[in-house]
Amino acid sequence: MYQAIVFLPLVGAIFAGFFGRFVGDRACEVVTTTLLFVAALLSWLTFYQVAIEGLDVQIELLGWIHSGALKTFWSIRIDTLTAVMLVVVTTVSSVVHLYSVGYMDEDPHKPRFFAYLSMFTFAMLSLVTADDLVQLYFGWEGVGLASYLLIGFWYQKPAANAAAIKAFIVNRVGDFGFALGIFAIFVVFGAVQYDTIFAAAPDQVGQTMAFLGYQVPVLELICFLLFMGAMGKSAQFLLHTWLPDAMEGPTPVSALIHAATMVTAGVYMVARLSPLFELAPYALAFVAIIGATSAFFAATAAVVQTDIKRVIAYSTCSQLGYMFAAEGVGAFGAGMFHLFTHACFKALLFLCAGAVIHTLADNQDMRRMGGLRKVIPFTWVMMLIGSLALTGFPLTSGFFSKDFIIETTYGDHTAVGFYTYLMTLIAAFLTALYTWRLMFMTFEGKFRSKPEVLAHVHEPPWTMGVPLFILALGALFAGMGFQHLFIGADQVAFWRDSIVLPEHANHDMPLWLTLSPSIAMTAGFLIAWYCYMWNPLLPFGLAKRFPATREFFLHAWYFDALYDFLFVRPAKRLGYFLWKFGDGKIIDGLGPDGVSARVIDITNRVVRLQTGYIYHYAFIMLIGVALLITYFIVSGGGLKP
Amino acid sequence: MMLSALFFYLFAIMCVGAGFMVVAAKNPVHAVLFLILAFFNAAGLFVLLGAEFLAMILVVVYVGAVLVLFLFVVMMLDVDFAELRAGFLKYLPVGAIIGLLLLVELVFVVGAWVTAPLLVSDAPTPPVAEVSNTQALGEILYTRYVYLFEASGLILLVAMIGAIVLTLHHKHDVRRQSIAAQVGRTRETGVEVVQVETGRGLK
Amino acid sequence: MTIGLSHYLTVAAVLFTLGIFGIFLNRKNVIVILMSIELMLLAVNINLVAFSSFHGDLVGQVFTLIVLTVAAAEAAIGLALIVVYFRNRGTIDVAEIDLLKG
Repeated sequence: MYQAIVFLPLVGAIFAGFFGRFVGDRACEVVTTTLLFVAALLSWLTFYQVAIEGLDVQIELLGWIHSGALKTFWSIRIDTLTAVMLVVVTTVSSVVHLYSVGYMDEDPHKPRFFAYLSMFTFAMLSLVTADDLVQLYFGWEGVGLASYLLIGFWYQKPAANAAAIKAFIVNRVGDFGFALGIFAIFVVFGAVQYDTIFAAAPDQVGQTMAFLGYQVPVLELICFLLFMGAMGKSAQFLLHTWLPDAMEGPTPVSALIHAATMVTAGVYMVARLSPLFELAPYALAFVAIIGATSAFFAATAAVVQTDIKRVIAYSTCSQLGYMFAAEGVGAFGAGMFHLFTHACFKALLFLCAGAVIHTLADNQDMRRMGGLRKVIPFTWVMMLIGSLALTGFPLTSGFFSKDFIIETTYGDHTAVGFYTYLMTLIAAFLTALYTWRLMFMTFEGKFRSKPEVLAHVHEPPWTMGVPLFILALGALFAGMGFQHLFIGADQVAFWRDSIVLPEHANHDMPLWLTLSPSIAMTAGFLIAWYCYMWNPLLPFGLAKRFPATREFFLHAWYFDALYDFLFVRPAKRLGYFLWKFGDGKIIDGLGPDGVSARVIDITNRVVRLQTGYIYHYAFIMLIGVALLITYFIVSGGGLKP
Repeated sequence: MMLSALFFYLFAIMCVGAGFMVVAAKNPVHAVLFLILAFFNAAGLFVLLGAEFLAMILVVVYVGAVLVLFLFVVMMLDVDFAELRAGFLKYLPVGAIIGLLLLVELVFVVGAWVTAPLLVSDAPTPPVAEVSNTQALGEILYTRYVYLFEASGLILLVAMIGAIVLTLHHKHDVRRQSIAAQVGRTRETGVEVVQVETGRGLK
Repeated sequence: MTIGLSHYLTVAAVLFTLGIFGIFLNRKNVIVILMSIELMLLAVNINLVAFSSFHGDLVGQVFTLIVLTVAAAEAAIGLALIVVYFRNRGTIDVAEIDLLKG
């Protein structure tokens, strides 16, 4: 059964990818979506078996690398952490498949799309069911590849191609650190299997190794390098530049990959390796700082964006920062819980945004929306549910997970913890601000575009509506329903050995602490109400008075420009130089072009010997005869004196 | 002896002079005439050597036929009297060197051979048997060297055919007689009886 | 003084050289080239006859006869070629015959 969960999406991908042309679009859609729903069903069964009943699974499928001391296997390991991820990945993937049937209805390349979606799901599943770091890395790279293919799905758009390459390359920077981390683990521990590493880890505390000329603590180095991979994959501060541009891909892609699953691979990885991270306090602190900074930074950028998908993208980056912040202060369970709930409401928000975009004839600019509440009420309700969950409205899932993170970071009672608390609190305020700004700009007020477009606005078809409904259920009730398992009273029995749990139970928090996130949220809501409903000219006035600040946030603190200046342009110049000079002048010049040019030169000169005048030829013959005779006279050639 | 030496020098100098003038003459007709002179003097040299048949052949065949042919062609073609062009001087030094080198070598070869003890004799040998040169040639030409003789005949045939093939200019609008057609004419094809009306004519 | 073999051979050598000069020093027309060839052949003939006479061997004269024949044939063909060339090109100026130019 467990193999079926992992391999059914692969079967779907192969079917749609290689045979799509023969069986037609409808068959591809139906087969891949059905297979995914079956996998989702099996995942929930597994979740019940593994997480609730406590029956962990470890299956070795096939040997992979046996080279000296390095032994890796293709295996399926399912403990609670994996079971949670299985449920998240398969559920969101299956609803996104169903949604894509409606959203991509007019696209001519449906088989390719569904094949890529299923292939991505397979790679993600092999990532989360890995029992050693090498299979994890395989899945890691696989989802990166699928992300590239899906972002650049509409490959005739140059912007899409550029975004796909950017995503892949920025990921690659992170993956480089990740690979170094795996190498370091192998050097230190001599193996790459989780169990072996976790068992041997406590012995390595305090050991040092040589790195770049310094003696560094082994575990700190390893965890730091591994986290670099997570920073890239999960688009955290400094390696975040690819995520907003990834919105060039179709909206289902954004929902699946850049909200619920691929970007959460980093969070999963840190949680999976929590035994290591717990023994490396500095690396963990770095995780927390990066997470908190991302949360704040992305939220500031989201407040001023005009593209509806970019707002949600920056929101994702921010929420991932929350998860890392939680893990950074040792609350791995809280981070995973937020991952769980965030998958529901963020995917919901993306899919609703997709419905809006689809019905407005592919317009994504919020300044041209407005007044849609009465025209598409179902979409409005779904989006409202998602927004409430995101901002942490009481009793929604976001309330349980996000607010808990904010409280836990304070409860850490360290300087890092306090910084994290501050950042996440401000980010909560900003989250509410931009979320309600989005809602008001899109659904309230007057419609700010052409009337013909408004005439065509309609509710989404059932293939797009049912997924919204399913996710809305999750956004509303997942928090309430699963809170006791993830972070509540039953967490020890729930998680068991899969992650490290905090030693002490969360002591009672002061009341102001538990209320602070809600206060921040309300403040954000009120200011958004004021700015976009009561006094709509105020934002324009502010933008006029503080243009530099607005530009600063709009361009995400100008990181793109900085990286472009520092890395992209020099790389381009180097490439151009190597191409024109190194390749063109030197290699081609000395090789084929040079040889052919020299041949032409020499032939041109030799050709002048052929004058066409016969007496020249006779002359040459005569010279030859004279030389021959001279030679014979001088050498004596047979003539004896 | 003196006389023969005198004649030798006469013939030799005139031959060489005529040869030089062949190359140097501006008028091509003059050049051909000088060549004829050179051949005549060479024939004289042949006589001095005792090969009178060859001398006569030289005059009759070579001068009489080949060089006259040259003259025909020179006169037939519209040849310009070209002055010595400047390019002549460009090749003169190199050409002169090469020519002199060749001459020196030829003489050197001769000299080396002459000072060798292989030298048979220094004077022309009179024929052993008192037969004329013609008869002596005839005796060996048709017996021992008949193959060469026949082959040279073939060469001449081929040359004749080649020359005709190259230069034949078959004009299509020239009326020629076909004897066979004329002889094969019968009464039916030759004569036609027509009733002519008075005062009207044939057409 | 006695006219020896070397005298005849020298004459022949000089004639030969003159013929060679004639080939590439002439700037006038192609007929001069043919005439220079005839000069060279004459020089060879003188050589052959001289040797034949001084050795008492008649083979040299037979060979001369053959050379004469071949020279005549070659002159005929050469002139025919010149005539045809003149018909086609209108000139036999040496400087203008450069169709072989590469």
